[in-house]
Amino acid sequence: MSGNAAIELKNITKVFGSIVANKDVCLTVNRGEILSILGENGSGKTTLMNMISGIYFPDHGQIFIDGEEVVIRSPKDAFKYKIGMIHQHFKLVDVFSATENIILGLEKKGKYNLKAAAAEVKSISEKYGFEIDPMKKIHEMSVSEKQTVEIIKVLFRGADILILDEPTAVLTPQETQKLFKILRRMRDDGKAIIIITHKLHEVLSLSDRVSVLRKGEYIGTVNTAETDEAQLTEMMVGKKISLNIDRSEPKELEERLVVTGLDCINREGVKVLDNVSFTAYSGELLGIAGIAGSGQRELLEAIAGLQSLNEGSIIYHDPKTGKEENLRNKTPRQIRDLGVRLSFVPEDRLGMGLVGSMDIIDNMMLRSYRKGKSMFLERKAPKDLAMQIIEDLSVVTPGATTPVRQLSGGNVQKVLVGREISSSPTVLMAAYPVRGLDINSSYLIYNLLNEQKEKGAAVIFVGEDLDVLIELCDRILVIGSGSVAGIVDARNTTKEEIGLLMTKSKTSEKEE
Amino acid sequence: MSNEVKHREPLFHIAKRSSIVWWKAWLVRLGAIVLAFFFSAVLTVLLTGENPLDVFSSLIKGAIGTNRRIWVLFQNTAMLLCVALAVTPAFKMKFWNIGAEGQALIGAMATAACMIKLTGVLPAPLLILAMFVASVVSGAVWAVIPALFKAKWNTNETLFTLMMNYIAIQIVSYFSGEWAVPKGSGKIGIINGDTMEGWLPVIGGKNYLLNILVVAAITVGMYIYLKYSKHGYEIAVVGESQNTARYIGINVKKVIIRTMIISGALCGVAGFLLVAGTDHTVTRDTIAGRGFTAIMVSWLAKFNPLYMVLTSLLIVFMERGAIQISTSCGLNNSFSEIITGIIIFFIIGCEFFLNYQIKFREKEGK
Repeated sequence: MSGNAAIELKNITKVFGSIVANKDVCLTVNRGEILSILGENGSGKTTLMNMISGIYFPDHGQIFIDGEEVVIRSPKDAFKYKIGMIHQHFKLVDVFSATENIILGLEKKGKYNLKAAAAEVKSISEKYGFEIDPMKKIHEMSVSEKQTVEIIKVLFRGADILILDEPTAVLTPQETQKLFKILRRMRDDGKAIIIITHKLHEVLSLSDRVSVLRKGEYIGTVNTAETDEAQLTEMMVGKKISLNIDRSEPKELEERLVVTGLDCINREGVKVLDNVSFTAYSGELLGIAGIAGSGQRELLEAIAGLQSLNEGSIIYHDPKTGKEENLRNKTPRQIRDLGVRLSFVPEDRLGMGLVGSMDIIDNMMLRSYRKGKSMFLERKAPKDLAMQIIEDLSVVTPGATTPVRQLSGGNVQKVLVGREISSSPTVLMAAYPVRGLDINSSYLIYNLLNEQKEKGAAVIFVGEDLDVLIELCDRILVIGSGSVAGIVDARNTTKEEIGLLMTKSKTSEKEE
Repeated sequence: MSNEVKHREPLFHIAKRSSIVWWKAWLVRLGAIVLAFFFSAVLTVLLTGENPLDVFSSLIKGAIGTNRRIWVLFQNTAMLLCVALAVTPAFKMKFWNIGAEGQALIGAMATAACMIKLTGVLPAPLLILAMFVASVVSGAVWAVIPALFKAKWNTNETLFTLMMNYIAIQIVSYFSGEWAVPKGSGKIGIINGDTMEGWLPVIGGKNYLLNILVVAAITVGMYIYLKYSKHGYEIAVVGESQNTARYIGINVKKVIIRTMIISGALCGVAGFLLVAGTDHTVTRDTIAGRGFTAIMVSWLAKFNPLYMVLTSLLIVFMERGAIQISTSCGLNNSFSEIITGIIIFFIIGCEFFLNYQIKFREKEGK
């Protein structure tokens, strides 16, 4: 076939049950090129890449490597063809060093020689500009270092076709820039690189060409130099949409939640919250930014009564009575019984906010089933609420009696957010509420949060996309390694400023 | 490997079904039973040389051949169903209570102990009440001990409940010696055989009718409890996700303990019905493995008490029929168990085909 295509896919189709994950997808990647695969969540990007790396087997279609048709049945086959995939979730052994992880599972003849391997790791690092200590243990590493280990692992095995699945999701802006530099160097070295992403600005700044998938279908490929965000969005979503968030000025600010000096040591003995203090005001949207796993979850769960604390206080100011209540170490039930209208959209929607196997009505009931003295359930009110949410938020579902697990990610989130705001909360906390959602659903959620803010709720929003945080929030609290690195005015800040704050606690190793 | 092989897809691969039409599901189940019969027939011919049709006719005769057999069938079904209903709330909560055998046995033991020690002390109706209370309480205690340990120290309930079975069995062994009639026989024998005190009354002239009615009432009660009560809802939430339960403020430990008390108490009731209603004595084998079979009954019915009526009936039908096969064909008891095993294997195995489908390689026109 075509001369220098490193890998070419032809009419690849993969079906799971009744869901078509990929339909007749064709694409090519050349050596010395970075190709972005762009698509919303659920558009089949990862499935497609899993077929190249031998995890799934395509139902139809052909794969060519260097013009020759191949059958990839297992990750081992993929390695044979020098394909290396860096997964979104790292697959590393925590107690091993970088080098040990890199050579793990290699079936090489000859003696096991850790020193030689470490030397080779070092030479690979130097060639492409990685910064890594080959003998450092994985559990002592930052997320970005772990990712580096994963990349070196596939290079060590001789991969010259690299696939990276959402590599920047866990990185700070600075780390992302560093990664891009390395990827460009690899491209110039003649490797073929595929990067899966849904972030438009990354696509534009990094890749040479972009292939767009929508709902499993291949939409087209464009040269990055000849396109812009608007065109790519249109290809991704299928229609023109305006991406605007109407941010209103906060008004009638009142102290609603005063958090002082929270300390939390988790079960493993790690200090996950360190002297965290802030105030959330009514009528204001407070964003929380930080690298994933910096204590965001513990902070919200502590406020919701799900995480016990070693130190500190969480004072709730009741807007009606003016009374002050300390919520620290109270159970969710006690908090509710105090009359605190605290709503919480947790990060783990189906594992915490909802019960996947239950239908929408029974999930509405989670918050209200205790009402009344009868020992039996009352399903009328939850049913009405379910119908109302389905209508108001246009939830796509066969009916109110469909198990929520069968709904798509966006609709699951609509059900959860809908239930949480139905109690007209005075405090609304949402952790990564748009993760995995398509663009339209994301903007619906942003608007719902805004609406609650305008109604006078104190809204706390934990986000990962800094562009969105800056556009949506009034103030942004930056959290790093469990402590507050700073609180900035969202209207007068930049991504770079927030990025620097995110890594402030470990300044020594950063900066180039 | 030759090039030819390299280019081939795997011969078949397994894919998860998204859903299956109800009639197809029943067709698969029916097919499984037919296949099971076919395999047991082949095995019968190979091992014994008997005509398989004879074997199956004795199977059916054994289960429903006579009026008495039909009543025994129903009685055994009711007892198995009772234990299955007892384990269901625990399993729905994902608390793996495999100690139903011991919980029911200790209930049976408590019933027998009351019959032996309180006859003559209490008037007949009060005696039965005392027996009932004793069985319920002892079953509940047997179940709540592992639950408390689980709630407090997160111990493994599977091992714990299993071990509790052996303690119950040894307690019964001990008292079988202690209270043996006649002394030294090692058996308690029929208690109050002459006065019938503490025996459940026979209603409608049918020996087992009362037991069956009690279990029918429990079935309906359990169905309502799990589906319409707040407790049932909490059990479902805790079973699906303890995190969700905590998030909405359910006291998970309390629910675990409460549910295990109910589970154990119902096991106690099964022991009570077996001793006071049918056996009028207690031995190590009073429960006869129902505590374990019940788990299968409950799973097969997907924890729906109404379906459990069917699954327990099916299993008891097979057991009763298989016993008849061994006697009428002059085979030993193990043969009946082989056949029951084959049939149950197919019934459980067909669940795989309800959840997954096998896709074969399509023929390519190249």
